[in-house]
Amino acid sequence: MSKYYVTIGLEMHCEGSETNSKVFSSGRNEYNDEPNVNVSPVDMAFPGILPVVNKKAVEQSIMMASILHARIPEYMYFERKNYYYPDLPKGFQLTQNPPEECVGNGGYIDIEREDGSTFRVDIDNLHLEEDAAQLTHLYDTSTINYNRAGVPLFELVTTPCLHSADDAVTYLEYIRAIYQYCGISTADSKKGQIRCDVNVSISDDPNTLGTKVEIKNVNSFSGVRDAINYEIQRQSDLKDDGRYDEEVEQETRRWDEASMKTVHMRSKVDAIDYKYFVEPNIPRFKIDEEWVKEIQASIPELPYERKEKYMSELGLSAYDAGIIIKEKPTADYFEECVKLGMDPKTAANWICTQILGYIYQEEIGIDELYLTPSRLNQITEAVKKGEISSKQAKEVFAKTLEEKDEPNNIMEKYGIKQMSDDGALLDIVIKVLDNSESQINQYKDGQTNLFNYFVGQVMKETKGQANPVKLKEMLDQELAKR
Amino acid sequence: MMDKTIVELHEELKNNKVTSQELVDESIKKSHEVQEKCNAFVTILDDAKGTDVTDDMLSGIPFGIKDNYSTKGILSTGSSNTLKDYVPFFTATAIENLTSHGCVPVNKTAMDEFGMGGTGTTGHTGVQKNPWDLTRMCAGSSSGSAAAVAAGVYPFATGSDTGDSIRKPAAFCGIVGYKPTYGMISRYGLFPFASSLDTCGVLARSVEDAAIVVDAMKGKDNKDMTSWDSSNINLYKDLSKDVKGKKLFYIKEIVDKNNYKNLPKENEEHLDNFMKTIDKVKELGIEVDEVSINQDLLNAIPSTYVVISCAEATSNMSNLTGFIFGPRGDGESYQAQMKDHRTKGFSSLIKRRFIIGSYVLQAVNQDRYFKNAQRARRLIVDKMKELFTSYDGLILPVGTGPASKLDNHDMVSDDELSVLDEHLQIGNFGGFPSITIPNGFVDGLPVGVNITGNCYDDQNVLNIAYALESSMDYKNQIAKEVK
Repeated sequence: MSKYYVTIGLEMHCEGSETNSKVFSSGRNEYNDEPNVNVSPVDMAFPGILPVVNKKAVEQSIMMASILHARIPEYMYFERKNYYYPDLPKGFQLTQNPPEECVGNGGYIDIEREDGSTFRVDIDNLHLEEDAAQLTHLYDTSTINYNRAGVPLFELVTTPCLHSADDAVTYLEYIRAIYQYCGISTADSKKGQIRCDVNVSISDDPNTLGTKVEIKNVNSFSGVRDAINYEIQRQSDLKDDGRYDEEVEQETRRWDEASMKTVHMRSKVDAIDYKYFVEPNIPRFKIDEEWVKEIQASIPELPYERKEKYMSELGLSAYDAGIIIKEKPTADYFEECVKLGMDPKTAANWICTQILGYIYQEEIGIDELYLTPSRLNQITEAVKKGEISSKQAKEVFAKTLEEKDEPNNIMEKYGIKQMSDDGALLDIVIKVLDNSESQINQYKDGQTNLFNYFVGQVMKETKGQANPVKLKEMLDQELAKR
Repeated sequence: MMDKTIVELHEELKNNKVTSQELVDESIKKSHEVQEKCNAFVTILDDAKGTDVTDDMLSGIPFGIKDNYSTKGILSTGSSNTLKDYVPFFTATAIENLTSHGCVPVNKTAMDEFGMGGTGTTGHTGVQKNPWDLTRMCAGSSSGSAAAVAAGVYPFATGSDTGDSIRKPAAFCGIVGYKPTYGMISRYGLFPFASSLDTCGVLARSVEDAAIVVDAMKGKDNKDMTSWDSSNINLYKDLSKDVKGKKLFYIKEIVDKNNYKNLPKENEEHLDNFMKTIDKVKELGIEVDEVSINQDLLNAIPSTYVVISCAEATSNMSNLTGFIFGPRGDGESYQAQMKDHRTKGFSSLIKRRFIIGSYVLQAVNQDRYFKNAQRARRLIVDKMKELFTSYDGLILPVGTGPASKLDNHDMVSDDELSVLDEHLQIGNFGGFPSITIPNGFVDGLPVGVNITGNCYDDQNVLNIAYALESSMDYKNQIAKEVK
C-alpha cells in the first residue's frame, strides 16, 4: 500500500437496457449481436431529424437520483456537447450540464464493506445522456455499429472522496446492483453496459489534493481495481524518486488491458472545448413534484434491504448475504430456492461455493444456468432425505451441468444413491469385520486410526453408497461387540 | 390557369373545367420556362401525376417544395454540394400533411445554401433571378419558391424562415409570405439552420391561400417536441375582414425618415409608401400608434441574430461529414476525408458563419457573445410581448426597399439601414406569427409590408392582413418583367 494519501473519484457510465426505445429516438433499445439492426434515422443523424425525450428513461434517472439522495431540479433540459468523432453521427452528444442542472445534483450513498464496516460516497451529479455508436478497431480497419447510438446512458460522478481501489470497486458493485434491482439496466459489463473513468491523485498531506490524473474507458471492475493500483504505484514511485512535480501533470490516460498499464492520451492543455449549449429542440420541461413522489414510491426493494432481510429473517451470515445480493439475478435465484422450500443456509451455501464459481468459470449469467432453482432443489431434497451424501450431491451437480439432464435422471442413470437399507449395510459391515481380524486386534490395541480403514473397506464394498453417518454408528456398535 | 388562386382552381376542378393532370402538366411546363429565366429549381418532377379531386381545397393542385424539406425518393439537397445527390428515405411531416390533402409536388425549389443567406445567390445550382426584373435578386433564402409563385408556376410553395427567409423574398417578388407561430408546423424533416428560430411556412399570392396551406401543414407531431396542438385553429374558415377596433403599432426609430442621414431615393419612396399603407390601415378602422423603442435595443437585433443563428448552425450541420450520406471526401484519415468533404461542399458564406458560430460558443467567449446574444434576445422579446398586451400587432415595411441589383449584392447594407433591413428577425426571436403582403411598387418593383403578432395569435394577424390586402390592389399579382 502506498505511504501517500490516495484520493479517487469515479465516473460510472451505465447503459439503460430496460426501455423499449432509445433515449431520444424511436430506435429499438435492445442488445443484439447483429450490428446495425436497431437504427432509426435519428440515430444516424439524417438531415432533418429531431430528438424526442424518452419519458421512461427520465423516470429511471429520477428514481436513481432519489436513491442517491440527490437534488432533483425543478426543470429539466438537455445540452449539446459538440465534438467530431466517427461514433457520434450528429457531431454532438445530448447530455446534461452543468452539475446543478443535471437530474441528480449532490447526494450521497452509504456503502458496506465485506467486513461490515461502512463508508459514505459523496455524489457530484447524475446525468442522463445518449450513448455513442460502437467502434471496433480491427487490424487495418474499423467497424461501426449504430445499435448502441442513442441508447440511454446514466453517468454517475462522485466527488474525489474514495481512498482505496477496494472501496472503489465495492461502491461500483453496489451501484451496479441498484441499477439491476431497479430494473434500469442489466448492467452487464460483458455487454459493455458498464464503463468507468477513474481519477486518481496522491498527496503527502491528507488536506491537499495532488495532481489529478484521469484514466478513461475502464470496462470492468477488475480493470478499475488494477488501473487504480497501477496508477497509485506509478505516481508513488515518481514521488519516491522526487520526480512527481515534474512528471505528473493533469492529464488523461487510458487503461491498456493487455499490458496492464495506463498510457498517456492527452494533457489538460489539449482538453477539448465542447462548446456546450442548450438543445433547442427539446423544450425545458417541468419535473412535477407529484410525479417525483410517484416514482419514489415505486422504488423496489434495494440490495441492502434484501441483505438485511436475508440475515435477520433467513439466518444467513453477513458474508453470504453480501455475496448473494451483489447481483440481482443471484439474489432472485436465491429467493426462488427459498420459495421452493430449500433451507436458506443450504441454498446460500450452494450458491456461494458451487454455483458462482461455475458461472464465473463458464462466463455465463446465473439466469443462463441449466441448473435452475427447481433442479437444484432435486439435489438438496435427495440430500435431505438421506438418499445421497453431500459428496454425491456435488457429483450430481457436476453431471447435471455436464449432461444437461434432470438431477433425478442423473441419480437414476448412474445409480448414485446412499444405501438406506440398514440391514444390507449391516451385513456388509459384519462381512468386512469378519475378514479383518488382525486389524481389529490392532485397533483394540490402541491403533484407533484404523477406524478409517474399516470405513474405507465398507465404502469400497458399497461403491461409496453407504450413508457415512449410519456406517460410523454401525461400526462403533459392531467393533464394541468384538 | 396557374395564375389563379387555390380557391379559384378548386372551383374549376370541381366543375370539371380542368383536370388535376392538366394543372400538373401546365405547372411542369411553366416550371421549365421559369427555370430558364430565373433558375428557380433544383429538381423539376416531370413525371408528377394529378390526383383525384375531392372537397378538399388542395386536392389536385400543384405546388412547390423548398429543397430543404426532406422528400422520400426525391432529391433533397438544401441547395448544398454536401447533399448534391442525397435522396432521403423519409418525408418531412409538413409535406406529408400537405400531400395527404391531395396536392401534387411538381418541383423542389432552389434556395440559399441550407437557408443561410438572404440573397438567393448562394445555392449550389446558381443564382435565382427576380421574375419582375431578371437583373435583380429575389432575396432569400426561399428564393426559388418566391420566384416560382410570383411567376405563376403554381399558387403556392413551401418555405422556411429563420430570420426573414419567407417574408423578405415574398416582398421582393410581390407575393404573400406567412411564417406561423413557432411550433405550429412540425420541423421534422426540415434541414435545420438554427433550430430555435427555424419555422416552416408558405409563399402564396393571397392571404386566403396562405391560410389554406398552413391549415394543411400544421399540427402536433410526436417527432417534434416543439410542435403544439393547434386543432382548434382553423385559419381559413375563420378568416374575417372585421378588424375594426384592432390596434397596431409601428416603431418610430425604424420608419421615421428623419432617423436616416442619407436615405437613398428608393428607400425613401418605400417608407413613404409604407405611410400610405398606414393610412389604408386606419381607414379599416384599425388604430395605429407610433411607438418609440430604445435605439440600442433595436441596433442589437442584427448581431443577436448572427450570433445565435451561427452558433446553432455550426452545431446543426456537424452531421454533414460525407460518411453516412453526401459525397465521400478524399483523404488518408477520416479527419482528412471529413475536412475535404466540408471544404469542397460548403460555400464561403457558410464557412464564414461556421467560424463565427464556433467562436461565439467557445468556453472563453461564450458568455461575452452567445449568452449575451440570448440575453438581448430575451430583452427584445419581452419588449414585444409587453407591447402585444396593448396591441394586436406590429406593422413595418419589409426591407429597405425593392429587390437589389444582383451585381452589387455583395454590398453590405449601410449600418444606418441595417435595422430597417433586419427587423423581421424579431419574429423569429419570439416565435411570433408574421406575414408579409405586397403593398405597392417602388420604381416599378414590388415592395411589401409586414404584420407580426403575439404567439398563437395567428388568426388575428391573418385577419388584419386579409382586410388590408382587400383594401389594396396587389392580391394574386403575377410578375411581369418590368425592365
